[in-house]
Amino acid sequence: MIINHPLLGPCDAQEFTYLGDARLIDRPDGMADGAEDVFYDYAYLRDNPAGQHRELWFHEAGDRSWLVITRNTLTHEIISVELARDVARKQGRSL
Amino acid sequence: MNRLSTGGQIDRTTQLRFTFDGQPYHGHAGDTLASALLANGVRLMGRSFKYHRPRGVLSAGSEEPNALVQLRKGGRQEPNTRATVAELFNGLEAASQNAWPSLKLDALAINDRLSNFLTAGFYYKTFMWPAAFWEKLYEPIIRRAAGLGSISTDPDPDSYDKGFLHCDLLVIGAGPAGLAAALTAGRAGARVILADEDFRMGGRLNAETHGLGDQSCADWAAGAVAELASLPNVRLLGRTTVLGAFDHGIYAAVERVADHLAEPAPGKPRQILWRIYSKRAVLCAGAIDRPISFANNDRPGIMLAGAMRAYVNRWAVTPAQTVAIFTNNDDGHRTARDLLAQGVDVAAIVDTRVDAPACDGVQVLAGAQVVDSAGRLGLKSVTVRQASGQEHRLRIGALGVSGGWNPNVALSSHQRGRPEWNEAIAAFVPGGILPQGMRVAGAAAGRFSTQGALETGAGAAIQALSDLGKTVQAPDFPMAEDGATRITPFWHVGGTKARAWLDFQNDVTVKDVTLAHQEGFRAVEHLKRYTTLGMATDQGKTSNLGGLAVMAELTGQSIAQTGTTMFRPPYTPVAMGALAGRSVGRDFRPTRLTPSHIWAVEQGATFVEVGMWLRAQYFPRADESDWRQSVDREVRATRGSVGVCDVTTLGKIDVQGRDAAAFLNRIYCNGFAKLAVGRVRYGLMLREDGIAMDDGTAARMAEDHFVVTTTTANAVSVFRHMEFARQCLWPDMDVQLISTTEAWAQFAVAGPKSRALLQKIVDPEFDLSNDGFPFMACGEITVCGGCPARLFRISFSGELAYEIAVPTRYGDALMRRLMDAGREFDVTPYGTEALGVMRIEKGHAAGNELNGQTTALNLGMGRMVSDKKDSIGAVLSRREGLQDENGLRLVGFLPKNPQERVIAGAHLLDRGAAPRAANDLGYVTSACYSPTLDSYIAIGFLKSGETRLGDVVRAASPLTGQDTEVTVVSPHFVDPKGERLRA
Repeated sequence: MIINHPLLGPCDAQEFTYLGDARLIDRPDGMADGAEDVFYDYAYLRDNPAGQHRELWFHEAGDRSWLVITRNTLTHEIISVELARDVARKQGRSL
Repeated sequence: MNRLSTGGQIDRTTQLRFTFDGQPYHGHAGDTLASALLANGVRLMGRSFKYHRPRGVLSAGSEEPNALVQLRKGGRQEPNTRATVAELFNGLEAASQNAWPSLKLDALAINDRLSNFLTAGFYYKTFMWPAAFWEKLYEPIIRRAAGLGSISTDPDPDSYDKGFLHCDLLVIGAGPAGLAAALTAGRAGARVILADEDFRMGGRLNAETHGLGDQSCADWAAGAVAELASLPNVRLLGRTTVLGAFDHGIYAAVERVADHLAEPAPGKPRQILWRIYSKRAVLCAGAIDRPISFANNDRPGIMLAGAMRAYVNRWAVTPAQTVAIFTNNDDGHRTARDLLAQGVDVAAIVDTRVDAPACDGVQVLAGAQVVDSAGRLGLKSVTVRQASGQEHRLRIGALGVSGGWNPNVALSSHQRGRPEWNEAIAAFVPGGILPQGMRVAGAAAGRFSTQGALETGAGAAIQALSDLGKTVQAPDFPMAEDGATRITPFWHVGGTKARAWLDFQNDVTVKDVTLAHQEGFRAVEHLKRYTTLGMATDQGKTSNLGGLAVMAELTGQSIAQTGTTMFRPPYTPVAMGALAGRSVGRDFRPTRLTPSHIWAVEQGATFVEVGMWLRAQYFPRADESDWRQSVDREVRATRGSVGVCDVTTLGKIDVQGRDAAAFLNRIYCNGFAKLAVGRVRYGLMLREDGIAMDDGTAARMAEDHFVVTTTTANAVSVFRHMEFARQCLWPDMDVQLISTTEAWAQFAVAGPKSRALLQKIVDPEFDLSNDGFPFMACGEITVCGGCPARLFRISFSGELAYEIAVPTRYGDALMRRLMDAGREFDVTPYGTEALGVMRIEKGHAAGNELNGQTTALNLGMGRMVSDKKDSIGAVLSRREGLQDENGLRLVGFLPKNPQERVIAGAHLLDRGAAPRAANDLGYVTSACYSPTLDSYIAIGFLKSGETRLGDVVRAASPLTGQDTEVTVVSPHFVDPKGERLRA
């Protein structure tokens, strides 16, 4: 596969390490009430879609950026590639 | 013999000597092993896989199922090569395989007589009982009998490379369509790669006799290849098979750089595995002719009519002096005409079509069928049943069979493509969603005429370049033949009890498919696996469709409804060497060397691989004969005076920024926010699921600067994890990370004399006294008169100890200085074994304990997990299941007999308990001989361990037969109060 890195352009997928579902960005607050149940979902529950999937890739043999890649799991078509940091900020994560 | 006196693309002035099964023969440059053997009158080239039937060539290309041979000797010995693609060279030694004692007299031909017992699925039926016989008796016998070639156990003397190529347009196949596509794109200036598996580009143009304009088609092809070779933007990859189509326009190809030479030219590899990145691709892989099945249709001399024509036209070889043709389409007639033109006697064209056309100079038997053949080691005659029902024999040495042509769709379906049935040519053509950027042209797309191939090849190139924003005109190609495909499908001759082969290599017959149908294996994928149809090394290139057609007939469905099985990479078999490339021997897994490596080699150290690193394991002395002597001495010397160990391999991560402390506070389960500058703290990292991930130390060098260490094994994954937290979880924290593992050489200096030793190295303005630089202090210092260094007062051994780091380039020098300066203290270098012994004696957890299943509580560090803050893994570490009061706890074990060894991995049982899972109390994680205690010792996890101190349990290992009584003790065998390290 070829991943079109937003800063570096097209890169071979061999340069990357795959992590999984991009919802791992949405880490709950560990100090909130009822955190245990929410963390159980966060740590263990994943969708396994046949189709579009947002997932985290790490450019380990490259610039060490984490990326959010939207990929069709049926065709391997890559729909979008974003810096995970930008995605996290857009989703309201900060400090 | 069978070499025709004129024609062919062979160099008759060059004589090449070669042997087959020890017998010497001659051929010419341009020959394949198959064409040269046929020229010498050799029809018998192999034995079939299951029945050991005598076999000759079926085809003239890489689809060959029968003529598998072994080439060369010694380290270059190469099994299962198709004689049809083995390019002849002077001195080639070839041998048949799967036959004993000889190809002509094969003992296992008895299988042929037992064929009633060896039908489809016979493995599953025959060898079911008794079950225990499978592994010991049946399987070894079957493996020996159903063999292909054998490999050499000598190392391969050649090298194999991997390479990367980029292009605008990849053209796969250099027949008329491929040449047209490459010329169109090449003349327009696009970056073109043209790959073809043959050693002579041109495809079928080299095997046909029709003209192209005023040239012969072979001459036109040679001219086109010469023009392409002159274009700087075109790369020709001959002898290169494109093996697979992968995502996003990436293709794998293997180039046989030196398979046609006795040995590679100096400095050249034998083969290259290319990874080709293409913006667009055109598949011009041509078509493969297919047989018609009839009784005993597998004798040497019976071959595909298209292949027979290729042998006559390209190699000037006829397989016999008298031949016949069996066909259901006009292409068989073309073969007859070309044979006649070369003076070969054609006895008849047996055409299944009642309306078969006439053919000048040869008798056409319309509506007739070949119903049987005779000849033990080679074809002697066939029996023909005429339209009238009358049967007669034809005495011939070879039969050309033409059941039509199958477009070579393999690469088009490596992704999501699903071939579609085309009624007009009675064959599957590429269909469904093709690999990204791929188009198909020429015969591969079902356009069988040369004119059609040129037009579609050029058209595909024009479209591909248009995608890339380039407008190109079609070149003016000369007129070529444009005959229509005239075929009346005919798959197999029925009404026989004899075996009629579909898959030659795996010995699958019409009967086997019929049996599969009877037993309910009707879906194509079931049919394939039950009968092994299409599962041989040729992947059914000549057999799949025949099998499907028989199944379709039995189920009453059309072939389109029956469907076809999937094609997967690789297109043809690949040598393991090509896949391995340079990653063999020492280069299979390169090792990293520590800064003191050269020094350690000079000391005669024994090394061990740890992760990617090569580390000194111990430093044997001349008077030591056993590794234990060396390790015990190193431990005693360190605990008695001072030892030095290279610990550079531990991961080092530099953490800087205003929020560095807050960041580490969330990464580690214990608190880091309040760590004072100039102090070090032990830290435990958890995974988000609450399991311990890694441990190490974090040293606060400045308000906004920490140096974090990780275990050697987890250096990479911890860094990845911290980057994830930094970028994805807390993107606005002001914190930066960089791995500095290679930047600093780091040495542990341990033992009661370590301070005294360091005082001789560290520049005098730095106070190393216990008050000035206490336990868990850290700081930036200089050594040896101004060399920058970092000093950490941390201890893995439990002794008064330091770790000192200098920029890597000074590591070797520092090691030598420490050894020189330490001579008065008898300083001793120690390796990973002594390091391990001392950490077990001290009860420190390491990789064996942080094994991905253990929690802070298991490790005896439950109280370290702070509930005053949010840190990764803290919430789920408090889950009920992980908080079990009776859960596993880290404890130590002393064998009742101090000299009885305890084994890591042993399970813990109460005395008298049977060694069953139900009685399991835990397991031993680390064990060693402790020279300090003069006893074997161990640590491990025991249920409710902290309440069982003093109890006697058993460490049992059913694997090794060991069963040792051990006393449960504190894991801190040495200096449990930690007085030494604070001294």
